[in-house]
Amino acid sequence: MSSTLSTSLFAGHGIVLPIVLPLAAGSLLLLLEKAHSRWVGAVSLACTLALLLLAVMLALQAGRGDVQAYLLGNWQAPYGIALALDRLSALMLVLTAAVGCGALLYALGGDARRGANFHALFQFQLMGLNGAFLTADLFNLFVFFEVLLAASYGLLLHGDADGRRQRLKASVHYVVFNLSGSALFLIAVSLLYGLTGTLNMADLAVKLPQLGAENSRLAHAAALLLLVVFAVKAALLPLYFWLPDTYGSATAPVAALFAVLTKVGVYAILRVTTLIFVPGAIATDAGSAGVAGTFLPVLALATLVLAAIGTLAATRLRGLVAYLVVGSAGTLLLAVGLGTEGTLAAALFYMVNSTLVAAAWFLIVDRIAAQRGGSDLLQPRTLSAGWAPLGIAFCIAAVAVAGVPPLAGFFGKALLLKAAGGTPLVVWVVALVLGSSLAILVALARAGSTLFWAGGEPAGLAAPKALPGFTVHSAADSAAHTAAHTAAIVALLAAVLGCAVAAGPVSAYTSAAAAQLLERKSYIAAVLGAAPVPAAYDVRRELRERERERERERESVK
Amino acid sequence: MLLLLALFIGTLAGCGVWLLLRARTFDAVLGLTLLTYAVNLFIFTMGRVKVGAAPLVDKGGLATLASHADPLPQALVLTAIVISFAMTAVLLAIALRASAETGSDHVDGEEPR
Repeated sequence: MSSTLSTSLFAGHGIVLPIVLPLAAGSLLLLLEKAHSRWVGAVSLACTLALLLLAVMLALQAGRGDVQAYLLGNWQAPYGIALALDRLSALMLVLTAAVGCGALLYALGGDARRGANFHALFQFQLMGLNGAFLTADLFNLFVFFEVLLAASYGLLLHGDADGRRQRLKASVHYVVFNLSGSALFLIAVSLLYGLTGTLNMADLAVKLPQLGAENSRLAHAAALLLLVVFAVKAALLPLYFWLPDTYGSATAPVAALFAVLTKVGVYAILRVTTLIFVPGAIATDAGSAGVAGTFLPVLALATLVLAAIGTLAATRLRGLVAYLVVGSAGTLLLAVGLGTEGTLAAALFYMVNSTLVAAAWFLIVDRIAAQRGGSDLLQPRTLSAGWAPLGIAFCIAAVAVAGVPPLAGFFGKALLLKAAGGTPLVVWVVALVLGSSLAILVALARAGSTLFWAGGEPAGLAAPKALPGFTVHSAADSAAHTAAHTAAIVALLAAVLGCAVAAGPVSAYTSAAAAQLLERKSYIAAVLGAAPVPAAYDVRRELRERERERERERESVK
Repeated sequence: MLLLLALFIGTLAGCGVWLLLRARTFDAVLGLTLLTYAVNLFIFTMGRVKVGAAPLVDKGGLATLASHADPLPQALVLTAIVISFAMTAVLLAIALRASAETGSDHVDGEEPR
């Protein structure tokens, strides 16, 4: 025990810091926004960079292989709320912080000032995301979902007067949809509590197989309800309709940060299907593919097809990118649904690349629209500045997202196809993954040639008006703003390229993470075996002694 | 009593879903409120319904669930109530602003054709 403590960050408190740091930063920024608004951007960026550093350190710590638990209230595991850090959680933390840094840097180029309290909401969003990735308690997961959703409601509405109408419309849909999802989440969680008497994920993993046959149908229903809720967040086929509208109307840095939001759903599905609802955990489906294994791959394949059609049919670049996000969620859920160690490793590898590139896409779209007079309609129009820098960024992002060599998107899809070899759906997986990649490539090639090569104003076509939500690129854009925009896009694309260059180490890490997920024992043992730290100052003894003293006084008065 | 509770939860949830599907913002807010009431009662019931039992262990009493109510669902319900209350307030603000901005209380911001 002492050896793990001495080697872990901040005497073992490092695990809770990714939640505490954004919380403190967000609260501080709320105060600063009123009094010293000049400092807000710098403080926010510094905190997010610190978060990235912290996440990388935690990933290095988790990379050594042992799962570490943190008892929040210092109560033994099933009774109190526990946090747990394994390779998957650490990977998600790094990914969130990296996307957060990119989005925030871009926001400093003017978008952050288009509404109130952007930075505080941004930090609270990071807090909710980190908490959801770290928690080992199902109800706590619900609470962190609500934290990140509450922040995302605010961020979605962020922006200036033009486009407010569209944002409000998207917000009403988004909030109502997510609140209904929360209701389902609570029903599922309380049903599981009623059946097993516990909400700790590790404890649930132990207790669920012990349920009698008479309760297994209820447990099955609860598991499916949970998966529905997570599928809402992950944008699986029948439940993805909120996504294109929401991502299409949000301000660019917010949309970039929302690229992580769908991954929370994927993460939650991954966590519960590998830890709690493993094949055979519920008595009625013993021996079958588990709760998710039967329907998840099929729905994910259908999602892929729809995403491909969506990209081909898009009339605006924003819409196209939103369907790219749906497509990447479909690929990920397909890999998770197949559920072998190889496909999980491929999914995690693909997730790193696709999240970073999706975030970069939203920023690039915003720049392209700004250069085209505030419109991202896929129509020929002269760019106000040269096409070269944006064209190169567009090309790199297109190659990375379509899964063409030499970038990491290709490795991810290749790993997935290779790992899908032994599964029953292999023909469909190969056909539809390759087919959707082709459709996405065609859609992007067409969009790129329209945007960059078909210059000039064609006769008979009115110049597009500035669409709501975009700013028009003008000479008034200061050099500092342009620098922030460029730095953000370059940083995210560099991370994407880095994924391809460091494909070996990254895929070694994701393979180890997948192996750790399927070998559930270490997670369960770490969470349930974590011992509370003995109190340095025993409050109860103090109370007892005071009580005794009072009684003595009473007796002496008598 | 269990049957009464079940009927009550079912009615609340049914009304909530029906109101939600009316696609008017105010109805959606009311529907979500009813739905959360149903959910909160459901969580409460999942701790087993017990009359006249305290969730706190008395002095000298046996610390088992046979003589006490389960305190955990009550704590969960408290959390759920606070969250749903805050979220309803947020939704109301957004819905009010949306209907002021679009001139329609339909969730799509325009009357269906």
